[in-house]
Amino acid sequence: MVDAVFALLAVVTVVSAILALEAKEVVYGAVALALSFVGVAGFFALLDAVFLAMFQLTVYVGAIAVLILFTVMLVRRERWLKTKEGVYKSVGIVASLAVAVGLGYLVYSSSITHVTTTVEQAPFTLIGALILSEYWAALVALSLVLASAVVGAVVLAKLERD
Amino acid sequence: MILEPLANYLFVSVVLFTVGVYGLVTKKNALRMLFAVEILINSANLNFVAFTRYLHPTSVTGQALAMFSISLAAAEAAVGLAIILAVFRLRRDVDVSEIKGLRG
Repeated sequence: MVDAVFALLAVVTVVSAILALEAKEVVYGAVALALSFVGVAGFFALLDAVFLAMFQLTVYVGAIAVLILFTVMLVRRERWLKTKEGVYKSVGIVASLAVAVGLGYLVYSSSITHVTTTVEQAPFTLIGALILSEYWAALVALSLVLASAVVGAVVLAKLERD
Repeated sequence: MILEPLANYLFVSVVLFTVGVYGLVTKKNALRMLFAVEILINSANLNFVAFTRYLHPTSVTGQALAMFSISLAAAEAAVGLAIILAVFRLRRDVDVSEIKGLRG
């Protein structure tokens, strides 16, 4: 039996993900993408990962989606409204359906299909301790990646037109 | 509150992954390809959190990994959008089939 909230979230997330790619106007696509991120945040909340749900909302919806929206508005072209994909579209549908059938069958045939749990999720306060003890090297590497990404983005944005 | 079986989350993740692959294969607009990559990353994050909730709920490892992944996605989006902006200023379009400057 599928929970109503779960079903609603699944429909919203998947439909808005498809809309993000298929909406004629890219601006609407960006808004649909933001809605899809909100749906995934809802899944995190359902999975008792409340902190991660808030993190997803602030970083993905608050930062990435807004950044994408700004860029879309800066680079939008009228002729994008009538682009044709032609043969690529059928190839893409076949390829992605193959991926879906393969992965779906893998999940369906595995022994984890009916796994469920009654154990309470550990509190999210452990995340900070875990990151700073076990994954401190990854945290340092990530901070360096973020710093260099910011520098790289600024350099690219300042690129002079030849 | 009763939890769904793990497989339901995995199926949602599979569908999201499929949508992402479809977008990455079909779209020629660099922005749409970036959308598709973000959808793929989201489906992976959903897997991290779902697996840690069901198979190892006494730890928060999956949530920590998902946090790293979200932060990396933020960096990736910033650089990707900067590249798209730079290409647009040079070419006045972001159609990846038109951008052949680095082709050997």
